[in-house]
Amino acid sequence: MSDNLLEISGLSVHYPGRANWFFQKAAPKKAVDDISFVVPKGKTVGLVGESGSGKTTTGRAIVKLAPLTAGKITYQGQDIGTLSNAAFLPWRKKIQMIFQDPYNSLNPRADILSILSEPLEIHFPGMTRADREARCAELLRSVQLPAEHLRRHPHEFSGGQRQRIGIARALAVQPELIICDEPVSALDVSVQAEVVNLLQDLQEQLGLTYLFIAHDLAVVEHVSDHILVMSKGKIVEQGTPSEILGNPQQAYTKTLLAAVPRF
Amino acid sequence: MSAEPLLKVQDLSVTFRTGDRATVAAQGVSYELAAGEVLAVVGESGSGKSVTALALTRLLPPEPTCSLTGSVKLAGVELLGLPEAKLAKVRGGSIAYIFQEPGTSLNPVYTIGFQVGEAIALHRPDIKDVRAEVVRALAEVHINDPQRVADQYPHELSGGMQQRAMIAMALACDPKILVADEPTTALDVTIQKEIMDLLARLRRERGMSIILITHNFGIVANFADKVQVMWKGRIVEQGPVAEIMRTQTHPYTKALIACIPRLGQRRRRLTTLSDELKVSR
Repeated sequence: MSDNLLEISGLSVHYPGRANWFFQKAAPKKAVDDISFVVPKGKTVGLVGESGSGKTTTGRAIVKLAPLTAGKITYQGQDIGTLSNAAFLPWRKKIQMIFQDPYNSLNPRADILSILSEPLEIHFPGMTRADREARCAELLRSVQLPAEHLRRHPHEFSGGQRQRIGIARALAVQPELIICDEPVSALDVSVQAEVVNLLQDLQEQLGLTYLFIAHDLAVVEHVSDHILVMSKGKIVEQGTPSEILGNPQQAYTKTLLAAVPRF
Repeated sequence: MSAEPLLKVQDLSVTFRTGDRATVAAQGVSYELAAGEVLAVVGESGSGKSVTALALTRLLPPEPTCSLTGSVKLAGVELLGLPEAKLAKVRGGSIAYIFQEPGTSLNPVYTIGFQVGEAIALHRPDIKDVRAEVVRALAEVHINDPQRVADQYPHELSGGMQQRAMIAMALACDPKILVADEPTTALDVTIQKEIMDLLARLRRERGMSIILITHNFGIVANFADKVQVMWKGRIVEQGPVAEIMRTQTHPYTKALIACIPRLGQRRRRLTTLSDELKVSR
């Protein structure tokens, strides 16, 4: 087995275009268009690009939240792109996701205990209620929140705390790969720094692998071992952070770099 | 400056009362803003920066829920305690606002043209051909094909385009001061740059002052003339941008600048705020 946890080759996600007035078939919208990359085990691969560049769709396609048009997704040598939803279930345990908006990704009517218990009920049906509660308390502590908060509801937390809860939920099933979809772009700079540090600490402690999707090049540069730059559904450039920053080849990467305010 | 500043805020405090609890959202805020100047207000969520800006034209709940003390003078005229009818003329007329999420600030059931036109018709009743003025206003904020966009609904536009439409609306009545509350936080970096360039141009051409609320020091450094840092409802530090970016006296300002990841300076860990500096919420 290779050192690559995830290998993507020729991945495409096309959505049907709107048929026009004369019932002619419209050209499909190519959200992701024939991209290939690998995510090595224990590393962080950063994926940058603007809104609409296809970076989120790429992340979602890996966990079957977006339909695959073509291409192969290989996880530890296993082709997982063609599996049915039911057959994919064991991989949902290995691949988890953290979303951008901590306000909309937690059920407002559920308390933290049930939010964190749900993935455990699905993936560890053998666990007793007491086991689950103990595990949830441990999860909260691992994201540096007090275990007493289990009975609280999402509205009682700040944005940064909610994002920690989102991270705890992803960690619940002991995943290997976490797809972080803009995990810090909705947060204040100081809170952003805390969450970024937390993600890096967890990676070290648990040997996690990240696919880190963001539009802020400075954050991506900070966390990533390898950076992919996406534009209009294609990967236009990739390399180590110092290669991308020190010697950007593509005009698009240069624009992206120029847009980052410097001081 | 010897002449009267455009805006002079003295000892402004904002207090919210709910039940028998009083929360002081801003306390003892004083500053001056000259015509054509860009003032950046920096601080985290809950530091009181938005509330202070909203207090200028009392875009806040009425007494006794929210009480204001101090003084806000616009070109020598005291705004605090001004009757509602007169205040309504100031809002949008002299001081206009744009907010963080253009998507939620625009009304989803009316076209862009209708909404921009509404602002124009309200503040400039002398204009006969509102439609032509709308198209001109949209073109001024660099919206391509303004004729078409005027007939579109907010959901048909991208975030950057929506924010441009908001700016067009805010500029409709030629305000002296534009309050931009996190105008680019919800936008991509490249769009962010376009919007900031647009604001910089409008300021140059119209001599308009801007109060820019943000937590992005990068934008502050590239765009503002002076900066004030708010923490727990107070201004803990203020001065010319170049000076504050170089040397910070308050530990909060230092920490806020230190916690930002910067291009080309890979560090093991990002600096975070110590517990006593956190805005308690």
